[in-house]
Amino acid sequence: MSTLVNHTFDVEKLRKDFPILSREVNGKPLIYFDNGATAQKPQSVIDAVNRYYSYENSNIHRGVHTLSQEATSAYEEARRKIQKYIGAQLSEEVLFTKGTTDGINLVAQSFGKHFLKVGDEVVISAMEHHSNIVPWQMICEEKGAKLRIIPIDDQGDLIMDEFKQMLNSKTKLLSITHISNTLGTVNPVKEMIDLAHEKNVPVLIDGAQAVPHQKIDVRALDCDFYAFSMHKMFGPTGVGILYGKKEWLDQLPPYQGGGDMIKTVTFEKTTYNELPHKFEAGTPNIAGGIASAAAVDYLNELDWEAVRAHEKELLDYASDQLKTIEGLRFIGEAKVKASVISFVVEGTHAYDLGVIMDKMGVAVRTGHHCTQPLMERFGILGTVRVSFAFYNTKAEIDTFIKALNRAIKMLR
Amino acid sequence: MSINERQEEVIEEFSMFDDWMDKYEHIISLGKELPLINDAEKKDENLIKGCQSRVWLAADLKEGKVHFTADSDAVITKGIISLMIRVLSDATPAEIAEADLFFVDEIGLKEHLSPTRSNGLVSMIKQMKMYAIAYQTKV
Ligand SMILES: Cc1ncc(COP(=O)(O)O)c(C=O)c1O
Repeated sequence: MSTLVNHTFDVEKLRKDFPILSREVNGKPLIYFDNGATAQKPQSVIDAVNRYYSYENSNIHRGVHTLSQEATSAYEEARRKIQKYIGAQLSEEVLFTKGTTDGINLVAQSFGKHFLKVGDEVVISAMEHHSNIVPWQMICEEKGAKLRIIPIDDQGDLIMDEFKQMLNSKTKLLSITHISNTLGTVNPVKEMIDLAHEKNVPVLIDGAQAVPHQKIDVRALDCDFYAFSMHKMFGPTGVGILYGKKEWLDQLPPYQGGGDMIKTVTFEKTTYNELPHKFEAGTPNIAGGIASAAAVDYLNELDWEAVRAHEKELLDYASDQLKTIEGLRFIGEAKVKASVISFVVEGTHAYDLGVIMDKMGVAVRTGHHCTQPLMERFGILGTVRVSFAFYNTKAEIDTFIKALNRAIKMLR
Repeated sequence: MSINERQEEVIEEFSMFDDWMDKYEHIISLGKELPLINDAEKKDENLIKGCQSRVWLAADLKEGKVHFTADSDAVITKGIISLMIRVLSDATPAEIAEADLFFVDEIGLKEHLSPTRSNGLVSMIKQMKMYAIAYQTKV
């Protein structure tokens, strides 16, 4: 690994690491602008999955034989790599989950069961993904607690004054997205965490959309929980991470029962295993966990300053081009945005635009993006969303704009 | 004309197009021409919620034959609806209930009936058949 920062960002070279980017769709070169849904995988991640099943496959934490030991150490090594990557202090603060949704449900259930009482409040925002709404609705209903929603303005920024007023002695938890998957808004999470902590309110950050665009540092943020999905950060599907401060994880009861999470079981009483295993019942996605290390290795090699500059350039370039289209309205014009753009076009339906662009090889997302309350806030049913990754190019944006114009012409 | 004869007719019509653009332009124009459903029928009971587009469907039994009207907010969905109505409407409940809609595959629109599209079309066809089955007891 080179310690020298490489300031020449060679996107064409990076693209070669992602085999899928050279395939065709409907006879046209694929333009993949649906990175917010899931990111593509570099060859090294694909190879890691393959290598695991070809050479190492065995169950972890349970065997004395060589294979099991090799797989266990690879899996635990992956945990330590992820720990270092996100700046966690201890590897036991890094829990493997199925994904962001699973991590949020874990906190909602374990924290909720233990700490929520009638009349307590959980704070989320108007721009949350359904994954950061429904788990809270479920536990709040069960416990007689109240869900409070931080409103947003027309640009798609949180109304911070309202948030500040919302924090009170009944507030038990703040759960907020780092970056909005629909609007691209980058929320001032550090400021919010500090404000919440002043009132002794712990904070869960939904980092699903942040990890593909930046390196996060959970200790610098000082968040209590941080959930994300490996598949959105160029790793395998079916694996996520829930970071939790040890002081919290120690207090929370297990989420699911089963193998691996126990120390001793009798029919009278079970004692739980230590962290992180207390929260990891059953055989996990071993291949995915191990391949996550390959994704982290890949991301460690990236020059994140250059990635940020490149993505900003893509965002600005695409926004400027889109502005020239008659009847196009942006949904989400926050002060600080990630490379995610949602829009609607007068006289057309997002679904129709998506279908026609797909015919031209351009993959975009259409619909409500699992943020129906947010759609309602803007008085729409859905948008077209383009979300860029570092391997996207301006040339691809040019083709996308042509495809979009063509689709609009066909539809109007 | 039987449902199968109508399907053959649609297949014949679509065989003229050799590229996707022409085909989609045709579907879009069918969508734009689809006679609108009665406003009174655009009520929630008739709404089929797809994740991506919404579809309204109403049915009516006249002289032993089922008549469908439908609408959608997405024009491509609407164009495909128009084909469905052309094929299935004005047929007996028994014929509709048993219909095998082979034309969709033949004209290369199968992808629109895939569940991942969530455009409401799959549910609409199911609903059309449900109406037909329900009407079978009335004729
Ligand atoms: C902001 C946000 N939160 C949560 C999720 C859920 O992630 P997953 O489906 O990987 O659990 C997503 C995925 O789209 C997301 O964008």
